[in-house]
Amino acid sequence: MGELSAGEPVIATRALTKRYRGGQLAVDGLDLTVPAGSVFGFLGPNGSGKTTTIRMLMGLIESTSGTATVLGQPMPRATRAVLPHVGALIEGPALYGFLSGRDNLIRYDSADPAADPRTRKARVAAALDRVGLTAAAGKKAKAYSLGMKQRLGLAAALLQPRRLLVLDEPTNGLDPQGMREIRTLIRELASDGTTVFLSSHLLDEIEQVCTHAAVMTQGRLITQGAVAELSAGARGRLVVTTPDPSEAARVLKEQGVGDVVVTDDRVTGEPPDRDLADVNAALVTAGVRVRGFTVERASLEDAFVALTGEGFDVAG
Amino acid sequence: MSLAENAGAVRPVSPLWTFGLLRSELTTTFRRWRTLALLAVLAGVPVLVGIAVKMETSDGSSPGGGGGGGPAFISQITNNGLFLVFTALAATLPFFLPMAIGVVAGDAIAGESNAGTLRYLLVAPAGRSRLLLTKYATVVIFCLAATLVVAVSALTVGALLFPLGDLTTISGTQISFAEGLGRALLIALAVAASLIGVAALGLFVSTLTGSGIAAMATTVGLLITVQILDQIPQLHALQPYFFSHYWLSFADLMREPVYWDDLAKNLGLQALYAAVFGSAAWARFTTKDITA
Ligand SMILES: Nc1ncnc2c1ncn2[C@@H]1O[C@H](COP(=O)(O)OP(=O)(O)OP(=O)(O)O)[C@@H](O)[C@H]1O
Ligand SMILES: [Mg+2]
Repeated sequence: MGELSAGEPVIATRALTKRYRGGQLAVDGLDLTVPAGSVFGFLGPNGSGKTTTIRMLMGLIESTSGTATVLGQPMPRATRAVLPHVGALIEGPALYGFLSGRDNLIRYDSADPAADPRTRKARVAAALDRVGLTAAAGKKAKAYSLGMKQRLGLAAALLQPRRLLVLDEPTNGLDPQGMREIRTLIRELASDGTTVFLSSHLLDEIEQVCTHAAVMTQGRLITQGAVAELSAGARGRLVVTTPDPSEAARVLKEQGVGDVVVTDDRVTGEPPDRDLADVNAALVTAGVRVRGFTVERASLEDAFVALTGEGFDVAG
Repeated sequence: MSLAENAGAVRPVSPLWTFGLLRSELTTTFRRWRTLALLAVLAGVPVLVGIAVKMETSDGSSPGGGGGGGPAFISQITNNGLFLVFTALAATLPFFLPMAIGVVAGDAIAGESNAGTLRYLLVAPAGRSRLLLTKYATVVIFCLAATLVVAVSALTVGALLFPLGDLTTISGTQISFAEGLGRALLIALAVAASLIGVAALGLFVSTLTGSGIAAMATTVGLLITVQILDQIPQLHALQPYFFSHYWLSFADLMREPVYWDDLAKNLGLQALYAAVFGSAAWARFTTKDITA
């Protein structure tokens, strides 16, 4: 399979739409562009169509309308050429409980007609090592814990050198240490040049590892772009810590601070356009004892809430 | 080691590698506890028949004629253990053997779908047609293995409990023990081939549902229904198209000379089932949304 031409996205969809049998419109006119070499976060609340999109990209389900290309080739038509270069974890791991972890990987590797059986053992061992499962490799998969299963699923995605990794909620069920390891792994893979497409509803996870992100709700794409730009879109909040919160709130309102909220000794609000030093001086002049005065950088979560308007709830 | 170091390089692909899936499928199927249990049950049938015949005839009388044991084979077991092979195959062909095939075939796709492993096989990418063909090949190999398990178990029990030697065909002629063994092998192959239709039917049912249990139950249910319908005289116009209609034709291999007509009809019918339900399974599986 040929290289992508420079600047060609690794994943591109045009008006991609899926209506399940039964009428549920799960993905609605999706135009997604995943740049080569990015770590792309695919965000959205439960039921927003993330997994459905991934299933279409992997050729598991047929789109109702629209097109999708992966690594420059049309899906699902080019599955045979594309998928050997793609590692995927979709909706959690699925394993043969009666086989050992190692034998599960051998099974999945045998299913790939482009996988060399002569190097199979070595590649399986390397993948197990990469996710920290070497010691448990001989154990039956049904005796694995949730996190161990998740790791084995990741190992299956890493059996070959991949150009694209598609990970649907990869840190599901992992302990904090496991989550950190996975993030490190993702960064490592990305620095090797693998494009990583990561779905999640954990915003801070996306913020920590992703260079780009897209946000879905109810099957529609709300925004996509570089993470830095997305969070820059939402403005930060002015936070004043003080033992005199009500007096502080009054002064801040006078100074043009919008949406002032008081919680215990914290007063927050949208910063005004004027110089913040003047705002601080006004507080001091009014006799407000100021313990802290900062602008909290907008997080992706703020951006998300600002975009969806409704926060992170499941739509019916 | 860097997993992405070769990313983008064109991998050489040997055409032989594609058979890795068949090997994996065979080892996976035969390592399942359920498969082994089915084979154990099948191996147990000749043991039971052999012991029953031995006990019934230990007082010197000859066992009661026929009675479900197939065409007059059972009464000859005491003279020649080789007849236990024919008797056991005749006893297991109507139900035990096709039921075992129904379980394995019904579970082939639906079981993977149920466990979620199907999506990972498909993104590997196994290829839908390749996976289906591999599954069918595995079920057909299981047909052969199951039949051979019955035959070998029967031969062993027959040799242990009864004398072996020259035997008399249905037509009344004598054949040597060696030729008798050859006939036994031919019969086993004919019995295994009789199951090809059920295998295709089970595989088709397996592509229809996401539940392995439902697919197995449906296949076994169909099997029983067809066997009952095959007994209803009013349906005799349809009966030549029931997959089980010519099953007992394998006994014709014990005639001298061999009577081929029904054997050929049986093979033709099994091929027809394989073609019809194989195509239906392919049409269904290659267009199906895999959401489990
Ligand atoms: N097999 C299916 N048949 C019918 N509707 C489905 C099916 N799978 C998902 N849906 C519906 O499609 C919508 C999108 O589901 P999807 O699984 O893509 O969401 P998601 O973003 O992956 O959610 P989560 O974060 O919970 O994994 C939901 O409304 C869901 O009810
Ligand atoms: Mg999902």
